[in-house]
Amino acid sequence: MRAALFAPCFVDQLAPGVAIAAVQLLERLGVEVALPGGAACCGQPPANAGDARSGDAALRLLVETFAPFTHTIVLSGSCTTHVRQHAAQVARLGGPVAQRTYEFCEFLHDVIGLDRLRALAASDTRCVAVHIGCHALRGLQLATPSERMLPAMDKVRAVLGTVRGLSFAPLQRPDECCGFGGSFSVGEPAVSARMGRDRLDDIGASGADAVVSTDVSCMLHLSAIGRAAGRTLPMLHVAQLLATASGIGGA
Amino acid sequence: MTASSTASRTLPILDAHGAVDHAAGAERFTADVDRTTWHDGALWFVREKRDRGAASVPEWERLRDLASAIKSHTLSRLDEYLERFERRATARGIQVHWARDGAEHNEIVLGILAARGARRLVKSKSMLTEECGLNAHLERHGIEVVDTDLGERIVQLRNEPPSHIVMPAIHLKKEEIGATFHEKLGTPAGLADPDALTAAARRHLRERFLGADAAMTGVNFAIAETGGVVVITNEGNADLGTALAPVYIASMGIEKLIPRAADLGVFLRLLARSATGQASSVYASHVHGPRPGQAMHVVLVDNGRSTQLGRGDFWGSLKCIRCAACLNTCPVYRRSGGYSYGSTIPGPIGSVLTPGLDVRKYAALPFASTLCGSCSAVCPVKVDLDQQLYRWRQLVMAAGGAPPLKRWWLRAMGGVLADPALLQLAGRVARGMLRVLPPRLARRLAGGWGTGRALPEPPRGSFRDWVRANRPGRS
Repeated sequence: MRAALFAPCFVDQLAPGVAIAAVQLLERLGVEVALPGGAACCGQPPANAGDARSGDAALRLLVETFAPFTHTIVLSGSCTTHVRQHAAQVARLGGPVAQRTYEFCEFLHDVIGLDRLRALAASDTRCVAVHIGCHALRGLQLATPSERMLPAMDKVRAVLGTVRGLSFAPLQRPDECCGFGGSFSVGEPAVSARMGRDRLDDIGASGADAVVSTDVSCMLHLSAIGRAAGRTLPMLHVAQLLATASGIGGA
Repeated sequence: MTASSTASRTLPILDAHGAVDHAAGAERFTADVDRTTWHDGALWFVREKRDRGAASVPEWERLRDLASAIKSHTLSRLDEYLERFERRATARGIQVHWARDGAEHNEIVLGILAARGARRLVKSKSMLTEECGLNAHLERHGIEVVDTDLGERIVQLRNEPPSHIVMPAIHLKKEEIGATFHEKLGTPAGLADPDALTAAARRHLRERFLGADAAMTGVNFAIAETGGVVVITNEGNADLGTALAPVYIASMGIEKLIPRAADLGVFLRLLARSATGQASSVYASHVHGPRPGQAMHVVLVDNGRSTQLGRGDFWGSLKCIRCAACLNTCPVYRRSGGYSYGSTIPGPIGSVLTPGLDVRKYAALPFASTLCGSCSAVCPVKVDLDQQLYRWRQLVMAAGGAPPLKRWWLRAMGGVLADPALLQLAGRVARGMLRVLPPRLARRLAGGWGTGRALPEPPRGSFRDWVRANRPGRS
C-alpha cells in the first residue's frame, strides 16, 4: 500500500531520527512511503497560543500537500489532533484530509494490523514506561484515559506488545500530563518544569529502563528537564523502539 | 469580623495593566517545593477517590450523558423554567427576588436583613456570595457574617478567600489551621489534631447558630417543577442554620435550575462522587418553604450568566454543577494553587467562566492550561472545557489581551511555518546557534524554555536533508 508521511516541523528540525526510523519501519512493513515536501507544519503552535489565523496558512498548505493521498501518517498525536479538529475550517479538502490522517501508532494499529507487526519478529527485553501524549490519549482516543469509565483499550501498548520480551513499567499516574503544552512551556515555565520533574520522578520510581512516547514534543520537554537535572533516561518514540527492536537502522 | 479585615483578603498577582498574572502567581506557589508536592498529592488523592467512586457505578458514562442532556435542555429554555420555578416557589410561601448582578444581590440581601433588624447572619458555603462580595458589603453595614462550613470558616478567620470551590482551605496544613484557631478561638498553642480542631470549631459555631438572626445558604439544585431548593453539605450546617433562624435566604445562580424532582437523582449520584469520591454527601437538604413563623427568600442571580448563555462557544459552561472535579484533576491547578487564578472560581471551569466577566483582566486564565483535556474527560456534565479554553485563547488575542510583541511573534511564526524553505533555513540557523553558543547563554536566550530545562542537542541535519540524500524522488 501507499501512504504519505508527515514529519512535523519540530520532528524535522530537532528529532530527524524519529522520522527516519518511521520511514524505515513502514518500508519494512511493505508500505510505499511518500514524503512530499510541501508542508512544514500543521499550524498548531500559533493556534494554541491564541492566533489560529496565523497558523491557518500552514494548515492550508498541509491540506493541499496531502490531499492526493489516501493515508497520511503524522508523527505526532498533537499535530494529528489539530488537523482532525481544524483542517475542515481552512480548506475545501480539509475535511477529507482530516479523515484520512492517522497518528503513527493509530495507523499501525488500525490500518497495518497487529498480525503484520508481529511478523516483524521484533524483540527487546527492556522494561519501558509508556507516555502517551495528552492529545493522542484524549483527542485521538488511542487509549482509555483514567478519567473515563469505559472498557480498557490501549492501541499504543497493543502495538508495543508485538515486541517480544518488552515489558511495561507501572506508573503511579499512568496518564498525567508531562507539562509541555506547546506555548504553555514558555508562558508558564515554573509549572511546566515542575510537571516534567514530577513525571520523571514517577517514571524513575517505576524502575523503567526507558521512556517510550507517541509524541516527540513531550520527549523533548522531558529530556530537556532530565538533562538539566543530570538524569539521562533513554527516550524513544514508538517508531524508534519498533525499528531498533526489529533490527532496522541505517540512518 | 470588621470591614477592614475583609478588605485585606489576599489579592491576586496583577501585572502592570491590572491583569491577573497566573504565571507569576504559579511561580510564587511552586517556589515552595514541599508545599507544592503536598498540595498536588492532596488533590490527586481526591481525584483517585473520585475514580473509585465513579468506577463503582456501572452506568457512569450514561449518567454523564443524561446529566449533560438535562442541563442542555434546561439552559435551552431557561426563561420558561425560571418563571415556572418562581410561580411554584411563590405558591409555597417563598419570596423570590431577581438580581441582575452582584451589587443588586447584595442590596437585596441587606434589605431583607434590615427589614427584620437582623444583625447576625450564619452562612453555609456559597461560592455565589463570594462571587458577589457579599460578606464585605454586609460587614460594612454592621452585620456580623459567620461562614459555618468548616473550611470556609477557617479561611474567613484568616481573612483569605477560598482557594478551592469544594475544599476552601485545601491550601492550608493542619498546623497552620491550629495556629489560626489558637489566635482566633483560643485553642491551646501547637494543637494540630484534626479531630480536636474540628471539635473546637463545632463549639464555636454552635454558639453562632444559636445566636443567629438569619441564615443563608447557596443552592446546589433548584427544581422548577416543585419550587424548592436542594443544598448539599457534609457537615449539616445548612440544616442547622435554616432550622434555627427566623429568616432564611437562599442565593442561587440562575443556571442551578433542573426541570423535575425526578432529575435530581442523576445529579446527586454524579455530584458527590465527582467532588470527593463519596457515594453520597452526608446531607442533601430539601427546602420547600419556610417553617411556620419563618420567612424564606430565594434570590435568583444573573451576574453575567445570561451573557454567557448567549455566547455560542461558551454557553455549555453553565451546565457546571460545581463539583470541582476539573480542579482536582488539573495538573496546573494542583501545582499552582487556587489563588494564582485571581478569580472566585479557579481551575479549568473558572478559566472559562471568568474571562467572560472581563476579558482583559482575566486574559491569562485560558493560557493557564496545557490543554491536556483531563478536565473535559472528568466533568460529570460533559462541559468541553479544553475546547472552550482553546476558543477563549482566540478571543483573548483578538480582544488585544496579549502584549504586542507576542502578537507580532505569533504572526511571524505563522509566516515561517507556512513556508517550508524559510523553516528549513530557520532550523539550520537555530541548530547552528545551539552548537556554538555557550549553554548558559543559549538558555538565557531561550526565555521560558530555558527555565529548569537544558536546550535540545542539535542533530546534524534535518529530516528533509536526510530525505534529499537517502530517498530522492520521494518528495
